[in-house]
Amino acid sequence: MQQPIIEMHGIIKRYYIGKPNELEILHGIDLAVYPGEFVAIVGESGSGKSTLMNIIGVLDRPTEGSYILDGVDVSKAKESELSAIRNRKIGFVFQTFNLIGRTSALKNVELPLLYARVPGRQRTKRARELLAQVGMSERAGHEPNELSGGQKQRVAIARALANHPSLLLADEPTGALDSATSRTVMDIFHDLHRQGMTIVLITHSQQLAEECQRILTLQDGRIVGERKGAGRSA
Amino acid sequence: MLDNIRMAFASLWANKMRALLTMLGIIIGIGSVIAIVTVGDSLSGSLTDSLQGFGINNITVSLQQKSESDGGGRMFGMAQPAEEDRITDAMIDEYTAAYADSISAVSLASSLGDGTVGSGEDTASVSVTGVNAGFGDTNDLEPFCGRFIKDSDGERQLAVLSDLACEAVFGRADASVLGQSFQVTVGTKLLTFYVTGIYEYDSSGYFSMTGEDPVTDLYIPLAAAEKLGETGQGYTSFTVVAAAGTDTTAFLDETEAFFDSFYTHNESWTVAATSMESMIEQMTEMLNTVKLAISAIAAISLLVGGIGVMNIMLVSITERTREIGTRKALGARQGDIRLQFITEAVVICLVGGALGVALGVGLGSAGAALLGTAAKPSLSAIAVAVGFSMAIGVFFGYYPANKAAKLDPIEALRYE
Repeated sequence: MQQPIIEMHGIIKRYYIGKPNELEILHGIDLAVYPGEFVAIVGESGSGKSTLMNIIGVLDRPTEGSYILDGVDVSKAKESELSAIRNRKIGFVFQTFNLIGRTSALKNVELPLLYARVPGRQRTKRARELLAQVGMSERAGHEPNELSGGQKQRVAIARALANHPSLLLADEPTGALDSATSRTVMDIFHDLHRQGMTIVLITHSQQLAEECQRILTLQDGRIVGERKGAGRSA
Repeated sequence: MLDNIRMAFASLWANKMRALLTMLGIIIGIGSVIAIVTVGDSLSGSLTDSLQGFGINNITVSLQQKSESDGGGRMFGMAQPAEEDRITDAMIDEYTAAYADSISAVSLASSLGDGTVGSGEDTASVSVTGVNAGFGDTNDLEPFCGRFIKDSDGERQLAVLSDLACEAVFGRADASVLGQSFQVTVGTKLLTFYVTGIYEYDSSGYFSMTGEDPVTDLYIPLAAAEKLGETGQGYTSFTVVAAAGTDTTAFLDETEAFFDSFYTHNESWTVAATSMESMIEQMTEMLNTVKLAISAIAAISLLVGGIGVMNIMLVSITERTREIGTRKALGARQGDIRLQFITEAVVICLVGGALGVALGVGLGSAGAALLGTAAKPSLSAIAVAVGFSMAIGVFFGYYPANKAAKLDPIEALRYE
């Protein structure tokens, strides 16, 4: 058995600790995601989906429990170490793209490489490769406000892949797109999956989730169901 | 770093108007310092130049009212020394004898008052002054025609006049008028003199508000003036030209001490010796005080400018909260974010500083031109200004940048 990319045991997340309004969002999550898997996490709003995603993406730390990401125990890592982990091991894809404004697509893709201290020329070379991979080569010099939603998301995916992350974490990546462009974006994810990328897709759309290999259902801070996806619907 | 600078310029460019308004305090602050330093340096530079040009060895010895003496019913500062208080020929003779080695010339002058020469339409105002030969040396008076007053002229009715006055009298100013007589009206008196020399009137430094012709000096022998005048014997001031190689500062003190011995028992008057050099020192001191005052105002302007920069940085960070969250998600460390925003603040301040330097040099040059001196933009002041604006950027940029660096990425990403 391979070592999992994500290995979570008894993850609990509480807010307002010690105060009268103390709130427990996650009640002990056990989760394992193996290399090359394409996993969907579905749940209603308020199910703890976002909180879980923040913890998976090491934007947040669990109150209790252990989280080993690609062999590194991140539950005890320092702030500066978390930055490095986010930079090297995780590729974020957001619902609202979150490209940096007034900055060309190329410079946006270069950003994670910049923070990884990759020298200038290599940075540009790698960024061009990535843009070519998502079919955005001709738009490298365009700024986000000159791109359509689908184009923005493709640039964002290229950016997420910059440092060869061990995990691609996508939060409602098609939530702001129409069905046709959603299809293009999902196809890119499938391509990446075929190339061996580990992908966690967080969504409330059952239809999208069915395309994944494995579907985890989150409800009231607990994983209440796990099943195989139906596969791609034509 | 280069990317940070490029990013900073891009965000500056995106908010041109806002950035310019933010910079205004810094532009004004730096601009006023550079302008005033430029004008000040040009002024003291030209002062020093003129000091070196001539008169570095000139010492003026003059009577001065003892500050505590107010007796005798004289109005303070308006008093004229009585005849018995004046510096006498005897004192000067003794002085010249005592310091023969240090003195190259003594210039004496005694004014007879203002008068007019010429007749009818063609008149010129003159100031009739009795002088000795040393006066010519001290004041660089070299007649282009004829000669200057000599000590051996005694009481002879000779006169050296300006080309302007000469033309009013004779209609020409050349050698043909030498030895000719002319008349001067001084008060109610009509005096007759013979032309012995004509000097060229230097009109630079003179400006008339009324468009009147300038009053030029008409020099006659000192003894003649004393005989004609009613002011009596003695001088209220005279000028000494120190011999080359004399330590002017030391000689100044010696001169003062020498004359003090005559005035120790005088209730109201004492003698002060000043040189061009000491006057320039005083001027420079005054200029420095002005510079300091302006610098204080500039410092306040810079402080206000700095606070403006801090304010705009806080606004910018709030506007870009999502961007900061994204950057953090992409792996930016706190230090990366902090550096990015400090760079932005420094760039704002540096651009403001550069504009301020340009403004200051422009204003300073215009000011110097107005004062008739060559502008000398001070490189050290510019360097200090640039350094200072950078320091303001770091100082006032740190707090907002640190605030940005410490943002919680989750909160920042969720920010609308």
